[in-house]
Amino acid sequence: MEILVLLKQTFDTEAKITVKDGHVVDDDVTLVINPYDEYAVEEALKLREAQGGAVTVVSVGTDRVEEALRRALAMGADEAVLVEAPAGADELTVAHALAEWASAKQWDIVLAGNVSVDSGAGQVALRFAEVLGLPHVAAALKLEVGDGKAVVHRDAEGDTEVLEVTLPTLVTAQQGLNEPRYPSVPGIMKAKRKTIARVTPAAPVAAATVVQSVFQAQQNRRNTMIKGSPAEQAQQLVQLLRGEAKVV
Amino acid sequence: MARNVLVLAEVRGGALRPVSFECIAAGRAVAEGGSVTAALIGASADFASALVEHGADRVVVVKGEHLANYTPEAWVGALHNVALEVKPDVVFLGHTGLGRDLAPRFAQRNAAGMVSDAVDVKVADGNLVFTRPIYAGKAFATQVIKQGMAVATIRPNNVAALAAEAGRAGEVTEVAAPAADLRTVIREVVRKSTGGVDLASAKIVVSGGRGVKSADGFKPLYELAEVLGAGVGASRAAADAGYCDYALQVGQTGKTVTPDLYIACGISGAIQHLAGMSASKVIVAVNKDPEAPIFKVADYGIVGDLFEVVPLLTAEFKALLGR
Ligand SMILES: Cc1cc2nc3c(=O)[nH]c(=O)nc-3n(C[C@H](O)[C@H](O)[C@H](O)COP(=O)(O)OP(=O)(O)OC[C@H]3O[C@@H](n4cnc5c(N)ncnc54)[C@H](O)[C@@H]3O)c2cc1C
Ligand SMILES: Nc1ncnc2c1ncn2[C@@H]1O[C@H](COP(=O)(O)O)[C@@H](O)[C@H]1O
Repeated sequence: MEILVLLKQTFDTEAKITVKDGHVVDDDVTLVINPYDEYAVEEALKLREAQGGAVTVVSVGTDRVEEALRRALAMGADEAVLVEAPAGADELTVAHALAEWASAKQWDIVLAGNVSVDSGAGQVALRFAEVLGLPHVAAALKLEVGDGKAVVHRDAEGDTEVLEVTLPTLVTAQQGLNEPRYPSVPGIMKAKRKTIARVTPAAPVAAATVVQSVFQAQQNRRNTMIKGSPAEQAQQLVQLLRGEAKVV
Repeated sequence: MARNVLVLAEVRGGALRPVSFECIAAGRAVAEGGSVTAALIGASADFASALVEHGADRVVVVKGEHLANYTPEAWVGALHNVALEVKPDVVFLGHTGLGRDLAPRFAQRNAAGMVSDAVDVKVADGNLVFTRPIYAGKAFATQVIKQGMAVATIRPNNVAALAAEAGRAGEVTEVAAPAADLRTVIREVVRKSTGGVDLASAKIVVSGGRGVKSADGFKPLYELAEVLGAGVGASRAAADAGYCDYALQVGQTGKTVTPDLYIACGISGAIQHLAGMSASKVIVAVNKDPEAPIFKVADYGIVGDLFEVVPLLTAEFKALLGR
């Protein structure tokens, strides 16, 4: 099986977000593999272990993304590719940059994350599938591959849908799909010796969207702690919700 | 500049979802003399009149057995056929499970720019300007679609729907269904949602966390929700522990809710939970730990045992609301 994983580097979900001059400051922030993409890497490795083949991870980004790719290699991926991000890229640009590089090869299955935790877009993987004419199943909780098909249990707003899809296909990972492994020491050593291939998109597609400004979420919360006996607290809260907050 | 707007109407559990009306309202706000068309895919044409009453000028119906259950490719094809007929400048879908799955593919088919999870849209200097949360709600961005068709998913409960205008007239037409997609087949749908109140659209949500301690522990929360006409939600830890179904989970990997009132009971306030509810208009926290981080984002906090406090709240609301 030729397995491809679309991997984005993101902020650690616990990171504090600081906005300065209309931009999010990323200098001192720990960057990680987008958590959903980590599930995708894990699932790819499990598939390879069960069925043979190779796992390739690809990311569109800057030099810093090497760290994330290196970690995927240390987890056990066979090859890693860094596609240089075109300036001003949006989801349309990134999907095309990935597809331009990926179209040179036949993939049996492409795994990706459901959404990236920084942009919250949930667009790139599905756009990629559309560019390459692949079917997709998003938010997978369980994946079984065999006989040229995949059977996927997917999360649909809490309901579970069981879908059968012919290969090649793209599948995106939801939390619950698996527990990603930690890189082993030999894995880390082996990853250090690997070269990460570099690609520059030949025909970058211009972005259709532009971010005008970024601002910190305002937390104008009242932070009123209600004192008293439980009965008094309940009574006061109900009065405040009616009289002050006017929500009931 | 007049803009023609296309809105995907979404039916779930036999009813139109409120976000469909909210998308129509957003469409009216940016149309500037253009028309607003609703696409009704795989559902009964009977829903058309409600869409017109809520502000759609026209409804385009796509019928087909293979559209009765959602599959991405069949539905992208159906929405695309409607778009070929309507030639929209702007396309709005709800930021729901279905909208999130469909919109990026539809946008890509039209090489269109897309904004996900918009909480506001307005026109400024002739551009559509969207506001959306980023970094799981820790920051916001304003985003503009520069050229071509503009596609956006709109977060439920953030744009006010227009009041229904009884007897409002609108045209209802039909567009051919695309060929069935043979690559994806639905084998089974396991419905776990608790019926009743649609969590994503609920005006009030009562949520329980690990502090609820058992499936039985959710009972007082259901009783409170019943009195308030609220939806019931949960933290990941409560779902993981088997106290409730994952269908109730609120947060980064669960549902995003923006109710007028969110009541968190026995929830510590982890960042991944906040991602799903921090934009709620008013937040109440009931937690026995005065140091719980949830209090930092709460409007009203009660330090106490939820098993004591919640039934008292239920009784107070019963008295207040006469229910
Ligand atoms: C990638 C990723 C995605 C995630 N996605 C989500 C998500 O979508 N949603 C989500 O919720 N979490 C998510 N999590 C998990 C999240 O990090 C927390 O573990 C989870 O939210 C904790 O749930 P909790 O607050 O119910 O439990 P706890 O943190 O254990 O808190 C329980 C609280 O109950 C209080 N308590 C106990 N007994 C009582 C009582 N009798 N009365 C009142 N208070 C009481 C305690 O003081 C405590 O504050 C995710 C984690 C990861 C890594
Ligand atoms: N720059 C990127 N490089 C590679 N894959 C990406 C990139 N951005 C997004 N993806 C993939 O697309 C998914 C959805 O991303 P997003 O549209 O940013 O929410 C991610 O989980 C990744 O699998």
